[in-house]
Amino acid sequence: MIPARFAYVRARTAEEAFAGLADPEARVIAGGHSLLPMMKLRLAFPSRLIDIAGLDWRGVREEPGHISVGALTSYDDLVRSRMAKQLGCLSDGAARVGDVQIRNVGTIGGGLAHADPASDITAATIALEAELGLVSARGSRRLDAADFFTGPFTTRLEHDEVLSEVRFPKPEPGEASAYESVEDPASGYPIAGAAVRVRVADRGAIQCTIGITGATGHPFRALQVEQLVGQQSGVPSIAEVREALADVQTVGDVIADAEYRKHLAAVVVCRATAKALTRVGQGVE
Amino acid sequence: MSDEAGQVLLTINGEQRSFTVESRTLLVQLLRNDCGLTGAKIGCDTGQCGACTVLVDGRAMKSCMLLAIRLGGASITSIEGLASAGEVSSLQRSFIEHHGLQCGFCTPGMILAAADLLSQDSRPDEDAIRHALAGNLCRCTGYQSIVESVQAAASETVLS
Repeated sequence: MIPARFAYVRARTAEEAFAGLADPEARVIAGGHSLLPMMKLRLAFPSRLIDIAGLDWRGVREEPGHISVGALTSYDDLVRSRMAKQLGCLSDGAARVGDVQIRNVGTIGGGLAHADPASDITAATIALEAELGLVSARGSRRLDAADFFTGPFTTRLEHDEVLSEVRFPKPEPGEASAYESVEDPASGYPIAGAAVRVRVADRGAIQCTIGITGATGHPFRALQVEQLVGQQSGVPSIAEVREALADVQTVGDVIADAEYRKHLAAVVVCRATAKALTRVGQGVE
Repeated sequence: MSDEAGQVLLTINGEQRSFTVESRTLLVQLLRNDCGLTGAKIGCDTGQCGACTVLVDGRAMKSCMLLAIRLGGASITSIEGLASAGEVSSLQRSFIEHHGLQCGFCTPGMILAAADLLSQDSRPDEDAIRHALAGNLCRCTGYQSIVESVQAAASETVLS
């Protein structure tokens, strides 16, 4: 399969990328492992590809108060990064993306901007309260990950903007996170996945944040389940989590109907919570 | 530069070559059609099967998922580049000796994915090998012998 014809532009600077996006049918390409398959299937036919792979938006850096991940950091770079290990659920999620060949090329920024409802990395950005850095010729802005995703393959990214950076607050003492998913064995995509960050106070009180992916049209923060975990100061039962998710409209397809998907969402929330709590106990950041 | 075609300079199996390609040309097409290197197979053409796996700057990638025009300056190793002076590499020999192939269609991809693994982890355990080969499908389902071939190659490398 061959994509439709398109003009190719290698952006040497962010400004060159912005200039290319003046074309309303242009698309930015990073790793290209989501966009190119869609172009081959003629589900996407951009007139112009703006290649940003040469820009210096790569790597994991520690900065005051946060850990900065460049948008062009590959999933494999994330899996191998010692610093990213502090962001347990992000590291877990990156390790579950596709296979080695895909993780060698695919990027965190590309994955987030593509916003597949069944992405393995979106939930972590929500649970870890990441901020997404968006740049354009108009300037730059930051958006909370929980506000970024608006629908299947749809985000608040404007056409002239490019995602350049993902900022994660530096983990606090007594904090850990984990990601668990149940995958469709054929595609490897999560039927449901949950990223859970827990903060355990001295008296055993637990505060948590939860991002759920795969279950609905876009990843979301599960506030009701967060309250449940907080009230119980421990891992709730699957039935209780399912009850807390009562108002959530899960999607149904040939792989899993809506009810089963909701059940799996509850299962992975419980597993990820348990794993995160174990990590706090082990002193793994 | 903004065009629907362009020049790209690649090192393919050690030989530097310049190509004029359409922007939409995939690396697997360039290898097969322009270079006559048919070891990289087009299996699924959707990034699932891994039969088109090659090494790009030493890392395993699926050549049906890469635009050739983006790879300027890269060094590509296809299965044809693993043999030297008519001698197959120890990894290839291990596949032959341990029955690591049946029909052979997935074999180039399997071997190159294994080569990426062994370049980073000289003593992988079975789990690590299976994890590294998760992106390569064998329709003959001969996975056990494939894993054994990689294990044997790894121990041979350590011994030699």
